[in-house]
Amino acid sequence: MKKLPLISGLAIAAILLAAPPFLKNYGIYLFSYWMVFVIATMGLNLTVGYAGQKSLGHAAFFGIGAYSVAILMQAGHSFWLGLALAVVACFVIGLALGFPALRVQTIYLAFATLGFNTAIWLVMRNEEWLTGGTFGINNIGRPSLFGLSLDGPLAYYYFVLGVTVLMGLVQWKLLSSPWGKAFTALRDNPIRAESLGIHIQGYTLLSFAIGAAYAGVAGALFASLVQFIEPAPFTVGASIMMYLMVVVGGPGYFFGPLLGSAVGVLLPEWLRFAQAWYLFIFGAAVILLMLWLPDGLLSIPARLAAKRQAREASAARAAAAAKLGS
Amino acid sequence: MIGPVLKVTDLKKAYGAIQAVGGVSFEVMPGEIFGVIGPNGSGKTTMFNSVLGQITPDAGKIELNGQDITHKSPQQLNQLGVGRTFQTLQVFGKMTVRDNLLVAAQEHQGSMWSRLFAPGDSGLGDRADALIDQFRIRHVAHKKAGELSYGQQKLVDIAMAFMSEPDLVLLDEPCAGVNPSLVGGISSLLKQLNQTRKGSFVVIEHNMDFVMDLCHRILVMVEGKVLAVGTPDEIRANKAVLDAYLGN
Repeated sequence: MKKLPLISGLAIAAILLAAPPFLKNYGIYLFSYWMVFVIATMGLNLTVGYAGQKSLGHAAFFGIGAYSVAILMQAGHSFWLGLALAVVACFVIGLALGFPALRVQTIYLAFATLGFNTAIWLVMRNEEWLTGGTFGINNIGRPSLFGLSLDGPLAYYYFVLGVTVLMGLVQWKLLSSPWGKAFTALRDNPIRAESLGIHIQGYTLLSFAIGAAYAGVAGALFASLVQFIEPAPFTVGASIMMYLMVVVGGPGYFFGPLLGSAVGVLLPEWLRFAQAWYLFIFGAAVILLMLWLPDGLLSIPARLAAKRQAREASAARAAAAAKLGS
Repeated sequence: MIGPVLKVTDLKKAYGAIQAVGGVSFEVMPGEIFGVIGPNGSGKTTMFNSVLGQITPDAGKIELNGQDITHKSPQQLNQLGVGRTFQTLQVFGKMTVRDNLLVAAQEHQGSMWSRLFAPGDSGLGDRADALIDQFRIRHVAHKKAGELSYGQQKLVDIAMAFMSEPDLVLLDEPCAGVNPSLVGGISSLLKQLNQTRKGSFVVIEHNMDFVMDLCHRILVMVEGKVLAVGTPDEIRANKAVLDAYLGN
């Protein structure tokens, strides 16, 4: 049982590394798209899954990241400058969005972030001089790395995969540090956390800011992947979809975003054989998942272990009762 | 002459027309275990939460080692050396027992930014292990706290309050809901910690045997006011205290 996570991890790594060269361009595009959403939902998982906050505004940061790259590249600057701007802008705005979380929680916080998403989306749609409005921005280029062109779909996929691994390692380090425990303490019991000297306001703001920076990186990669952006992918609906990916994968599980994004990005594509029914089947699958696995797909091993322990305890009780009776 | 660790002067707190705490004053000396008893609704918890920054008192002054802490937040109080437990269990259920102890003191190590690059145990591993052994919870140290029995979680909860080596620990009903066989164990542990760490404790508790056995001095509160302060023997012999508990 303990080998299962290792075997699963190796299998997924092998698929991510070896499968794309055998896929058509659309398949490679989908894998890149999946990785972009893995990065975005890694950030949301930090805010929601580890720190216990509510956010329905993550797509706004995704959009800020995408437009940072698109606008700067259109103005003749490099992708890397756009990426840096995306990270800094999202971190700072994320920090600001964290302030409502110091005053309100739960559904009220969700609505505050939803309002933020709507406001940013309106800016993207209405400020044509900057964002191109509903016409969007096209011909967004792809970067080169150490003189190596990343224009081709496969080269860009491996670049996105590399960034995903890098962002994963950064988050792993962050969660292994005392900050990780502070985020979990904040999520599980903020009153107790505060009584232990944990600066809950500081960690709340940081959870929003770092989560937003991840969305900024994902947005920057997204802009160069699709090479044309307009406001539609950054609506509140997209934020809800990202939240769903975190919940389906397993909030507070490190690999939750990898699985949740696969469900959100790849599953609808696999269901296309069902034609008009595919969205219905997808919706039904999500409902069933939420009913049976409210803690996400990665909670399955823990649930099985709990059931096994309960069975063993029950058998031990029965054996003890039989012994007393004899 | 050494001054008190905790000095509370004329503390008042009202909820509307109800005066929950009406001018309470007391001092806790270094190394002292100070008990607070009183019937339900006597204002013990309101007084406790006022001292701990959980609620804002209407009037009065609270000093820790001579420093005014009246309007400090719980987080600031912890940084100044005040530990606490709550009436109900407050462990982090999804963390292991050892991680519960580590997180209970990590904010005392370095700055917030330096902790980002610090090892996961913040260099507190030995201290956590020592408390794990002292509280005899080694066999569950790597289990999730939420999976333990109530009594084991209570021990973890109490151990967490001592992890940052505070000068003053306030324990709110440490025996509430605990199996009677464990009550003696908690009392021994607290005495041991008091001996080895020289800290001062304030204990709210309804279990009279526990309080009388553990505390050096006891304060009795009735209807938001101090009825009596004295040694366990003095409190036992105080007729006003007996009347307050048993009815006149």
